[in-house]
Amino acid sequence: MTIDGQTGRVTPPGAPGSLHRRFNACPDAIRVVLAQAQAWMLACGLSAILRAEAELVLAEVLNNIAEHAYASDCGPVDLRLRRCGDGILCLISDRGSAMPGDDLPKGASPMASTSRIARDDLPEGGFGWHLIRLLARDLRYRRNRDRNRLAFVLDAGNWR
Amino acid sequence: MDLVAETLGGALVVRAQMARIDAAIAIAFKEQMRALVAGSESRVILDMARVEFLDSSGLGAVVAVMKMLGPDRRLELAALTPAVERVFRLTRMDRVFTLHATAPPAGGSADGGVWPVTTDTADDD
Repeated sequence: MTIDGQTGRVTPPGAPGSLHRRFNACPDAIRVVLAQAQAWMLACGLSAILRAEAELVLAEVLNNIAEHAYASDCGPVDLRLRRCGDGILCLISDRGSAMPGDDLPKGASPMASTSRIARDDLPEGGFGWHLIRLLARDLRYRRNRDRNRLAFVLDAGNWR
Repeated sequence: MDLVAETLGGALVVRAQMARIDAAIAIAFKEQMRALVAGSESRVILDMARVEFLDSSGLGAVVAVMKMLGPDRRLELAALTPAVERVFRLTRMDRVFTLHATAPPAGGSADGGVWPVTTDTADDD
């Protein structure tokens, strides 16, 4: 067990201050990494709410990389999670296509247009970036040569 | 893929056996649901008590199932776990579906007994 001199935070034994995984962005590999991230957060003593939020946001980010940046070609992803105050800092990079316009999607709610939407017009997609924007804080995106780099903080402050 | 269907009273109750409805199985989930609902004209209740995780791909698949039922049949969702319920709430899709706190018990009746009769929280089309 270690105690952080500045924050006084106690890290349980066997729970390193960060998690680093390199993997290919295929649906099955993403499932495995999400499970490893959950195990790491559990070992860190992070709350069930924060773990649930992180599982959803990381799933959305990684699925987007798989489906859009790599167009389902299962390219390499680098994921780092670090303790950051009461939350976690997430750093994710890939070598896929850049975000359109080198900027993050606005993530407007697909349901925002009206309170009544005919059933046939109900959206089946477009929820991913809406959820990421709702739950992640301090989102940063940079296209650096051939890499996408995404950083954000999760602290469960927006998980209602 | 694990979906178990039974007819209870006037309802087709589909019990999702998987812990996750995510990008890895969203398409298979949708296609298996399509096959299950095709042979029935009754209301459809999806028992999600065992589903602990739903991402936006899974949500999209559930919406697609509702749309494939056509205008006269609503997809009702039962026994949402907290993380799944939050996804519906955050995306405002909780207003679109009829949500039930619990699922009809096996071998019971979807219309009566201890299982509550529909509390329709969604707008009519």
